[in-house]
Amino acid sequence: MINLEWVKDYIDISDQDLHELAVKITEAGINIEKVITNKIDNLVIGEVKSCVDHPNSDHLHLCQVDVGKDELQQIVCGAPNVREGLKVIVALPGTVLPGDFAIKASKIRGVESNGMICALYELGLEEKNEETYAKGIEELKDNAPVGKDPLVYLGLEDTLYELDIHKHRNNDCYYHIGFAYEISAILNRKVKLPDLSYSEDKDNINNHFKLEVDTPKCPYYLAKMVTNVEIKESPDFIKRRLLSVGMRPINNVVDISNYVMLEFGQPLHFFDKDTLGDKILVRDAKDGEEITTLDNKERTLRSSDIIITDGKKPVCIAGVMGGLNTEVEPTTKNILIEAAIFDPVSIRYTASHLDLRSEASIRYGKGLSYEYTNYALDRACHLLEKYANATVLSGTVKHDKIDKTPKVVEFYPIDVDKMLGIKIDEDIMKHELERLDFPYTIKDGKFKVTIPSRRLDIESNVNDIAEEIGRLYGYQNIKGTLPKIELKRGEYVGDVKYRKAISKRLRSLGLNEVKTYTLVSPSMAASFDYEEKEKITLPNPMSIDKSVIRTSLIPSLLNTYNYNKARKVEDINIYEIAKTYDKSYNEESKIAFLMKGNYVTNPWKGSIKVDFYLMKGIVESILDYLGFKNRYSFVKSNVSDLHPGVSADILLDRKRIGIMGRVHPKKCSDEVYVCELSLNALMTKVKPLKYKEASKYPTIVKDVAFIVPKSMSSSEVETVIKKAGGRLLSEINVFDVYEKLDNDKKSIAYNLTFMDSNRTLTDEEVMNVFDNIIKKVTTSLDVELRDK
Amino acid sequence: MNIEDIKKEIEKDLSSVKDLKSLNELHIKYLSKKGIITELNSKIKDVPNDKKKEFGMEVNSLRNYFNEKYNAIKERLETEELNKKLESESIDISLPATKVSVGSPNILEKLIEEVEDIFMSMGYDVVDGPEVEEDKYNFEMLNIPKGHPARDAQDTFYIEGEEILLRSQTSPVQVRTMLKGKGEKPIRVICPGKTYRRDDDDATHSHQFMQIEGLLVDKDISLSDLKGTFEVAFKKLFGNDVEVRLRPSYYQFTEPSVEADISCFNCKGKGCNICKHTGWITIVGAGIVHPNVLRMSGYDPDVWSGFAFGFGAERVAMLKYGINDLRVFYNTDLREVNNFDRGELDNND
Repeated sequence: MINLEWVKDYIDISDQDLHELAVKITEAGINIEKVITNKIDNLVIGEVKSCVDHPNSDHLHLCQVDVGKDELQQIVCGAPNVREGLKVIVALPGTVLPGDFAIKASKIRGVESNGMICALYELGLEEKNEETYAKGIEELKDNAPVGKDPLVYLGLEDTLYELDIHKHRNNDCYYHIGFAYEISAILNRKVKLPDLSYSEDKDNINNHFKLEVDTPKCPYYLAKMVTNVEIKESPDFIKRRLLSVGMRPINNVVDISNYVMLEFGQPLHFFDKDTLGDKILVRDAKDGEEITTLDNKERTLRSSDIIITDGKKPVCIAGVMGGLNTEVEPTTKNILIEAAIFDPVSIRYTASHLDLRSEASIRYGKGLSYEYTNYALDRACHLLEKYANATVLSGTVKHDKIDKTPKVVEFYPIDVDKMLGIKIDEDIMKHELERLDFPYTIKDGKFKVTIPSRRLDIESNVNDIAEEIGRLYGYQNIKGTLPKIELKRGEYVGDVKYRKAISKRLRSLGLNEVKTYTLVSPSMAASFDYEEKEKITLPNPMSIDKSVIRTSLIPSLLNTYNYNKARKVEDINIYEIAKTYDKSYNEESKIAFLMKGNYVTNPWKGSIKVDFYLMKGIVESILDYLGFKNRYSFVKSNVSDLHPGVSADILLDRKRIGIMGRVHPKKCSDEVYVCELSLNALMTKVKPLKYKEASKYPTIVKDVAFIVPKSMSSSEVETVIKKAGGRLLSEINVFDVYEKLDNDKKSIAYNLTFMDSNRTLTDEEVMNVFDNIIKKVTTSLDVELRDK
Repeated sequence: MNIEDIKKEIEKDLSSVKDLKSLNELHIKYLSKKGIITELNSKIKDVPNDKKKEFGMEVNSLRNYFNEKYNAIKERLETEELNKKLESESIDISLPATKVSVGSPNILEKLIEEVEDIFMSMGYDVVDGPEVEEDKYNFEMLNIPKGHPARDAQDTFYIEGEEILLRSQTSPVQVRTMLKGKGEKPIRVICPGKTYRRDDDDATHSHQFMQIEGLLVDKDISLSDLKGTFEVAFKKLFGNDVEVRLRPSYYQFTEPSVEADISCFNCKGKGCNICKHTGWITIVGAGIVHPNVLRMSGYDPDVWSGFAFGFGAERVAMLKYGINDLRVFYNTDLREVNNFDRGELDNND
């Protein structure tokens, strides 16, 4: 949150419309999510012309108030300090105060009241507490102009920019001076730093204090000491500014540390020097080391944390939160100010494992500029001297291992042009660098730019400079072109190709594609688990419902089935193709489909219902499409989640590639069929397409029916027929099945097609083969000839 | 009976014929083996020689006479019979059709296929990679080392320590593609795929979502090429009159980074609810591939350059089809989906 009234301390933007400025800033790359103003309509300055007691109350007053209108307004007011002649803030009917509190004309204990006389806390400009409550309504100076906007008069009108924290280059726009630099680049105006001056006492910090840093994770540590601080309320402007960005004012000392952080982005820590002692040792924490933090909570540290100690015990978790033992209290007299830079990764890790994301840790975690560490320390001394009557001791205790070499980018203007795809005049480039306040030199046409330390985000490459120049020059100046590269047609690659092709096929066969979640609950994963693969369970799931990575898509399809059934959808034909993972991270893409109800629907004429054989036809259609004709087969399955009598394993080259069948009635009473195939298993080589001429010679068809045991599968009979039929038998078709024979028998009738692609067959030779088939079937199987 | 009498009888018989059956009986009566006209032939032997020729001609002409009449009646009766039959077969064409359905694509998938098609026509291959991914590919090689603040925006599902995760973006596919290219081959791919982040599911958030990312690595690739590519893609997707604008933005793996907006296809830039009254809709985050990213994947940034982009398929599908709850894509209600099996052939004419 950036307060624009505050920014005005550092850059002149008094002539700017702040809404338009927000657009300009957003266009230049810092996303301003929202412009917030505390302007309140219908708020005016009034003068209490008369004030008498309310006739029906012992504490209310009845006031006639001049608000600059023709008539006086009668307003009932309960504040003890309301009196005749006072200039006050009046909320007229129609005002909406913070908290959606709407002011209306009304009757209070039988007397008309046309508005409300306000206290500052009621306008959200002060914190509501006992003290501000006791103060009553705000008393304005006698010269306050009646009828005018009181917020403007008080200089309390604020405009705030809310930034999008995720789309952010770094932390340099999180603090008011950094933000002022961004505006300075956009408007080409100079930034003025605040007053950093203070006078130093003869007494030197080194007389009182020693610093030792025993960790590489603290490359920069400065400390100054102030004495005789007077702890009291902060001046109004500090309180107000902190409140405006959502920070609670505490006392002048604490507020100053926060204020400086919001100015320079550098968090400071104030220790009570007297409880701290005369030493600071910064080191890595020990595993299990404990500290009670300012919020009065016991924290257990890890060796990856950085800790500030007094040489013996921890006094502060570096960059995250101070210890209770050295907290600045109302009685504190002497303060040690810490301004440091810690390893951002370490701070982020600490804040995360302690679940303690503070304003400070967020800033440390993004990295800091040492120059601003210096500024912030001086600024704090300045403010403490000015607003807490502190004496600043001379000298600074310092640990300085930070690399101060500025980042330098060298580039030719053509490099930037090539990257952006436009020609930018060299003079314009110079101008943009000047606006950014990036010093540069040019030698033999080559720019050498020095990056200010506050821009931690910029690296030493031409891309970063092209971006800075480009965004200020304006991306709207870039015209679209197409890359000058080889012409080619893109392709679906690898498993995507199979997925797309099979998807298309399934849709053409009437199945609707669905998309479901990869993460399921353990019980859902177990609800149809024919492969019994070990599953990946997330160590930190959001909920148990989404804690397991599925190995089969069928539970998800059953879910979708139930979802649609509940919505009275009768015919449900759906499929999904998705990746699955087992415990060892093996990836298997799967195709699953679920069918129930009618496949072809005609309610008045008769529909075609989904059954096992229809689904089998769909499976065959996919396998045939992929070129697997004659390579696959269906065998009885023992998948326990399927109907034991209506299920099959699907084999390709004798290996199981999937399963299909009716869902076991104990799982689903409806007649629901499911199938799941491994896409990985289908990604195997097939012969290229080749034209094959249809035979010119006539075929001879013979019919035969056998009586077989009910338990015998037709494929068993077919296997024998095929073998006995040899080369001349070109096709076997089942054309009739009759189940209602006695003795657990059934009849299957086949028509057998005989053909030779090189000649016309004679009846005699066909009869020989045909008789041989019948002989083989009836002798090698428990089968009788029924008819031929 | 003489020929004249026979002729009269034929006339009489034929005139009383009602149907094909009685017509056929007449055929038997006159032209079968024992038929009256056939019989006449056997009588020729009783005819004096000098009359034989004449008699023969008369019999022939009688036969022709019969056949001619017979055929005419036969044709008439057959037509009548056929018409009768056709009439009896006529149906009520207003009765409902037999529903032969073609399956619908998932709505999201329909959008993705459209995007794929557009980019394939510009030479982009469509590739995918693992969803259970290594931190190395998902973050580190994209210039997001461990502990980097950019990881905050992508609250990730970790599976094993900080090494194995459910990918939070499809960018790892780009890294894998670059590694395969070995710093030698130009790259043009788009990677639509499932991604996962720790978001609570609601109308605009989902712990699982589809991202479409693209990567082009070649020589002398600029931001203007990116803009031109977006113009082709988004005009195809949202209509020829949309305009594209680039705005600066910040991502770890691109530099310069941009966001691309399109002018609102609904209000044509005038301002409406869809564009939140700004006239523009943000569609995609993109930028010039960061030199570190190129370098880490084996491409020398002094030789190669490229652009990358990425957007959420859900958001674009919601915009394009007017959907306001993202969960629609994952809880398929067949009553809604079935509208999506039609083409949009009139687009962009």
